[in-house]
Amino acid sequence: MAPYASDGTTDSGQTRVPHPMRRKAARYVVPVAVMGVAAATIGLVPALADSGDPDLPDVSARQLLAKIAASDVEQLSGTVRISTDLGLPDLGGLADGPAFGVGKDGDGSSADPASRLAELASGTHTLRVAADGPDRQKVSLVEKAAEYSIVHNGKDVWGYDSASGEVYHTTASQHGEQHREQVPGTPQDFAGKVLAAVDDTTSVTVDGTARVAGRDAYRLVVTPRHASGTTVGVITIAVDSATGLPLKFTLTPAGGGPAVVDAGFTRISFAEPAASTFRFTPPKGAKVTEGEDAGEHSLSSGALPEGLLPSGKSAGDGAAKDGVRVIGKGWNSVVRFDTGLGGGTRPSSGQGAASGFLGSLGDQVSGKFGTGTVFSTRLVNALITDDGTVYAGAVTKDTLVKAASGAR
Amino acid sequence: MSRAETAGPAAGTTGSSPAAHPLWTLGLLRSELATVFRRWRTRALLGVLAAVPVLVGVAVRIETRDGSPAGGEGPPFIAQVSNNGLFLVFTALAATLPFFLPMAVGVVAGDAIAGEASAGTLRYLLVAPAGRTRLLLTKSAAVLAFCLAATFVVAVVALGAGAVLFPVGDLTTISGTRIGFGEGLWRALLIALVVAASLIGIAALGLFVSTLTDSGIAAMATTVGLLIGMQIVDQIPQLHAVHPYLVSHYWLSFADLMREPVLWDDLVKNLELQALYAAVFGSAAWARFTTRDVTV
Repeated sequence: MAPYASDGTTDSGQTRVPHPMRRKAARYVVPVAVMGVAAATIGLVPALADSGDPDLPDVSARQLLAKIAASDVEQLSGTVRISTDLGLPDLGGLADGPAFGVGKDGDGSSADPASRLAELASGTHTLRVAADGPDRQKVSLVEKAAEYSIVHNGKDVWGYDSASGEVYHTTASQHGEQHREQVPGTPQDFAGKVLAAVDDTTSVTVDGTARVAGRDAYRLVVTPRHASGTTVGVITIAVDSATGLPLKFTLTPAGGGPAVVDAGFTRISFAEPAASTFRFTPPKGAKVTEGEDAGEHSLSSGALPEGLLPSGKSAGDGAAKDGVRVIGKGWNSVVRFDTGLGGGTRPSSGQGAASGFLGSLGDQVSGKFGTGTVFSTRLVNALITDDGTVYAGAVTKDTLVKAASGAR
Repeated sequence: MSRAETAGPAAGTTGSSPAAHPLWTLGLLRSELATVFRRWRTRALLGVLAAVPVLVGVAVRIETRDGSPAGGEGPPFIAQVSNNGLFLVFTALAATLPFFLPMAVGVVAGDAIAGEASAGTLRYLLVAPAGRTRLLLTKSAAVLAFCLAATFVVAVVALGAGAVLFPVGDLTTISGTRIGFGEGLWRALLIALVVAASLIGIAALGLFVSTLTDSGIAAMATTVGLLIGMQIVDQIPQLHAVHPYLVSHYWLSFADLMREPVLWDDLVKNLELQALYAAVFGSAAWARFTTRDVTV
């Protein structure tokens, strides 16, 4: 070997060294060991951290529901991870289309809450939420090197899209009490909608405990009963044992497969958020779009289409609300609304390639409503008739067509 | 460790080595740094890096001359640049981090050992009683110093260009909250440090490749090629299982420092990943370099 062999072994007697080749190979043990330790850490740490389900005193479903109802968490901040898998192709803009009924045909501002929150209808997203009482809330949709935030502070509702620097402003309506809306997209928002609909067609049980975002929680299982028409399989809600706040919401379709909606806190704190969190002034030079006086509405209805979840009794009376009517009740309810698009979506209506493409996505059906196209997802089925009326609900296709036929 | 390692001190022969003297190591590092930064190649790389923020700044300035905001497309933060010059720092770092910065680091790291070998100077370095481990550590320190220098060249030039071309003042974080200019500068410094740390992984990889070959060009090309390969793999959704292990996967997480409150998850993952690359390829480079025959 050359006179400048490796340090430390320069002058050591040749007899002590087993064999040059073995000595060489031995050094490569170090990087391999480092990789092994890293792999073991990646594999083991989550397993060790998952220390099993917590031991909590037994509660009945009724007690737990009462606890949720009595929950008075006013201040919180945290991170929510929401995955939605409706089985739709990830077309992004599709969510703005008439098929979802929430795209209010905005003015094109990328900071409009209604269109932005519709993004939650597909894929996995991270939301950061903060709330301090009924008048101050903030929810941010975390994107790559950008964020879309909705800030509700007093009578102002701001939407801020950091990617484009655009600002959307609207004033919340003055009905003080109605501000007690939940922050959209959060587990308590979903849970609130479901639990409002709990009646004799629903079975509610407590099924053990779980640990969510480092907190001990009860698992509340909601199953539709006597409702063969619904596509909803099982809804699981993890309820914080101390505060009664829903921490995680999972909806599994009746058809099986992965959850359609899975929204849960990954981190939560009940400390008062910093006041600066809710303070928003448009950045200099930003384009500000003034919205109509509808902040309340866009805040609550944007996240997921109404009717995706069973409607509560208050909305189930068939009362007209923005032209939306609810047909049927409980788990089999279907919403009906008019898009005003007379043309419909049938290829024969001759609106070029776009309508032909839309038509090819759905199935043609006919009934007392005339003819129309049914668009199916793993949870929601929607029927768009040729005169532009939309029927949608978390029900099977047959139930939907039957409901639409009966509605005329 | 191997028995050979412990055999050395047991034989009692290392005491005579002057390599143990710390000042000697410092001198080695100083000469190494001088070699790296005095090279015309290094200066050209730094010059290219310095040109990027100026180019971006002038382009945005011309684009927004009539008062229209910059378009939404482009590197992150570019929409805010015309309203606040400090954002040019973030835009410039976001624009150079995917390619220019790691390419420069790959060139310097790939050249570190292989360049000496191909120039025939490696054996003279090893004749000096420095020891191979010490030489490798010095080389790594010089490469890391270059990572830091390259990042700060981009950041400082961007700050200067931003201050000259655009107004500066309070800035809006990407979460919509407002922070003062001083706080903004502090975050810019943190971001520059995180970006520099993001280059550690590719530096370690380059250093390892550099110990494998006697051709400096081959080592540079391999390192830059590996980098491009990893970035292509990172773009293929079907390969998402390997994405968290790609050195470049969390690079853009530095933008999370501009959220309020700061979202640490990906930042921490990025730093962990860089440390893992440094440990694996650093030790592999050590294993290779301390055992290889240097004949040229």
